[in-house]
Amino acid sequence: MRFYEYESKALFARHGLPLGKRALARTADDARRAAAEIGGPVVLKSQVLSGGRMKAGAVKFADDPAQAAAHFDAILPIVVNGQKSCGVLVEEKSPIAQEYYVGVTWDGRRKLPVVIFSDMGGIDIEEVAEKHPDHVSKTHVSTLLPFTPRVAKEAIAATGVTGNDLTRLTPIVAKLVEIFFQYDLTLAEINPLAKLADGRFIVLDGHVDLEGDAREKHKKLLDELGIKPEETRQARPPTDFEIRGAQVDASDHRGVAGNVVEFDGNLGLVIGAGGGSLTLFDAVRKHGGRPANYCEIGGNPSVKKACALTKLVLSKPGVEKIAVMMNVVSNTRVDIVARGVVKGCVESGRDPAKTIAIFRIPGSWEADGFKILEKYGVEFCDRSVSMYEAAGRAVAKMGK
Amino acid sequence: MSILIHKDTTVIIQGITGREAVNMTREGLSYGTKIVGGVTPGRAGRDVYGVPVHDCVRDITKRMRVDGSIVTVPAAFTRDAVFEAIENGIKLVVVVTERIPRGEVAQMVELAKLRGARIIGPNCLGILSPDEAKMGGLGGRAEDAKKAFRKGPIGVMSRSGGMTTEICNTLTAAGLGQSTAVSIGGDAIIGSTYAELMPLFEADPETKAIAIYSEPGGRMEAELAEWVKENRSRLPIVAFMAGRFMDEMPGMRFGHAGTIVEGKADTTADKIERMRAAGIAVAERIEEIPALLEAQMRKRGIH
Amino acid sequence: MAGMFIDVKVDPKVAGDAALAKKLVEVCPVNIFAIDGTKLRIVEENLDECVLCDLCVQAAPPGTVQVIKLYES
Repeated sequence: MRFYEYESKALFARHGLPLGKRALARTADDARRAAAEIGGPVVLKSQVLSGGRMKAGAVKFADDPAQAAAHFDAILPIVVNGQKSCGVLVEEKSPIAQEYYVGVTWDGRRKLPVVIFSDMGGIDIEEVAEKHPDHVSKTHVSTLLPFTPRVAKEAIAATGVTGNDLTRLTPIVAKLVEIFFQYDLTLAEINPLAKLADGRFIVLDGHVDLEGDAREKHKKLLDELGIKPEETRQARPPTDFEIRGAQVDASDHRGVAGNVVEFDGNLGLVIGAGGGSLTLFDAVRKHGGRPANYCEIGGNPSVKKACALTKLVLSKPGVEKIAVMMNVVSNTRVDIVARGVVKGCVESGRDPAKTIAIFRIPGSWEADGFKILEKYGVEFCDRSVSMYEAAGRAVAKMGK
Repeated sequence: MSILIHKDTTVIIQGITGREAVNMTREGLSYGTKIVGGVTPGRAGRDVYGVPVHDCVRDITKRMRVDGSIVTVPAAFTRDAVFEAIENGIKLVVVVTERIPRGEVAQMVELAKLRGARIIGPNCLGILSPDEAKMGGLGGRAEDAKKAFRKGPIGVMSRSGGMTTEICNTLTAAGLGQSTAVSIGGDAIIGSTYAELMPLFEADPETKAIAIYSEPGGRMEAELAEWVKENRSRLPIVAFMAGRFMDEMPGMRFGHAGTIVEGKADTTADKIERMRAAGIAVAERIEEIPALLEAQMRKRGIH
Repeated sequence: MAGMFIDVKVDPKVAGDAALAKKLVEVCPVNIFAIDGTKLRIVEENLDECVLCDLCVQAAPPGTVQVIKLYES
């Protein structure tokens, strides 16, 4: 879960990382006031959950408060890589001597955190790693040993940095690693970390990603930063349909009927589980079908939950039919899902036989499940019909 | 033969009195697994389907050999339970629990490495060696597991628990049984990746070929491709790649915790290219896997 | 609202037995039984959640509790 730059900096500030004077502006007036308070030239940066702000024109420099207000109005409406702005950070402009990069993230292969450091900051680190590998160091950190600053020192020194720069940079990099561990981050990045004309170092830009599964653990921090539980912080903001999907999942602790993602097709999908849903969504598209949604059921959801998800999908305008499909199940029960989807159709005022294009969930308690479907005239198939074939049958029923 | 577990493997279940664990105990026993004890702190003296419950792992390991442990406790207690298993000398730990922050997973993995233990999972359904034993919920009830899994020459590894059963069911229907099926887990950091399990299959004379289920996200497929090239593996591999639609939707999470496209290396297109370059056949549909396996085995003269 | 898929019938004698009623409430994993005062009540909106575990049937004297699959009739 990505933090905005201003939230990341608020977190950095709590831990004493060096930062410039700054304030978040939600209106042009805010921007004017912030620039006046800071005094002197400022930089205005649109707050979006994406990189590439500079290229998009969402970063501007202002010499006085009036210009700051004008720039605010110019950059706030700019959408960067599909992400809208939530405000503009007004920050003092600093005289820069050199830019560095420091990031802490997970190395999935070594299964350890890795500190990435470069004395060529300010640009895309992957590009630097490709073109100037000798200017980038990668240093792994143990998760069992207590963390001490020598790892930070080694990471910096590996790029040839020495003297006062090394001793001044070490505590900054060490602090970033500590923050990474303390808040279960998946990324903590400062880019650029700037050396000023007077030799001091300052965090110019940076951002952090918090692990989704650690949100509950760090609820206090999120509350204090004003990040609400319903903010998904994905590549695009959630739609109403997706928010209602999350409510269905939260309404009952038994099983999962979640991760609902909206698409603009006419075939509703009640599919599962994690891997099965990916496989089935591909299969529907391969057959030329147009899914109305993605979702994942699993972990043996209650009848009530399967019913509520079915009703949600059927409530979406343009959804003509639903396909109910999963891989061979062992934990989730066929009969329970069958009850839920049939009930969902009936409670939506639809005939299950005409609404359910195909039911393909073989496995646990399938004999009872198939009896239910038979009684309501729903077309179903057992494990002798592949997931791909079942998806094809559903798509064939949709016509053109 | 099989890898990791067989008929005589002795297993304990940590968190045995939990709702899912009780099921797992009954399913495991009826499949023939030697479940010799369970642990739930404060519940010593009880039993679950005849399996005695203890307060500590030590209470069992001091009296008998324990080969493996299934950990199915709430996420907040999982690291502690895994540490307890490893520090009491257990060499195979299957972590079923999901939603464990990866910092804690990394600690479990680092300790396991220090002690020479192996972790499968987290966020997995476990291991099943047909006609031998099963650890975890894979395959469900014994009668269901017997429908989908049969003994044979194919080693199976999958990032999805449900798709492990689906693939084995397809193989079984085509007359190809399995040596061992491993649900390796859906998280970004897991105890054992494809490449880390390959040497075990490689050393198992009964295993003649490998089928894997893969997804977007992570570097596990690239790591497998490199391993195959560097080690000149004798085993032909067929991979099924799900989530191809995700290539067009960077930054959106679908499926498991580890399934997200953040960079080019996360895409299915990149993974497919790397695997094909290493001689791994990539299936577009599950039902193509048996024929692709047979063709690969024929080509290499494996019977 | 009766169940669409499952019905549970309890002999009136059992329903009036406070101890047995309490036992039925305890064993059912999906809360199909409740007690109003001393009298057993079937929670109709939970009937369709029945997982066919048979624990209620086993808890009562033979034949006094019946779980009926409405989709089999």
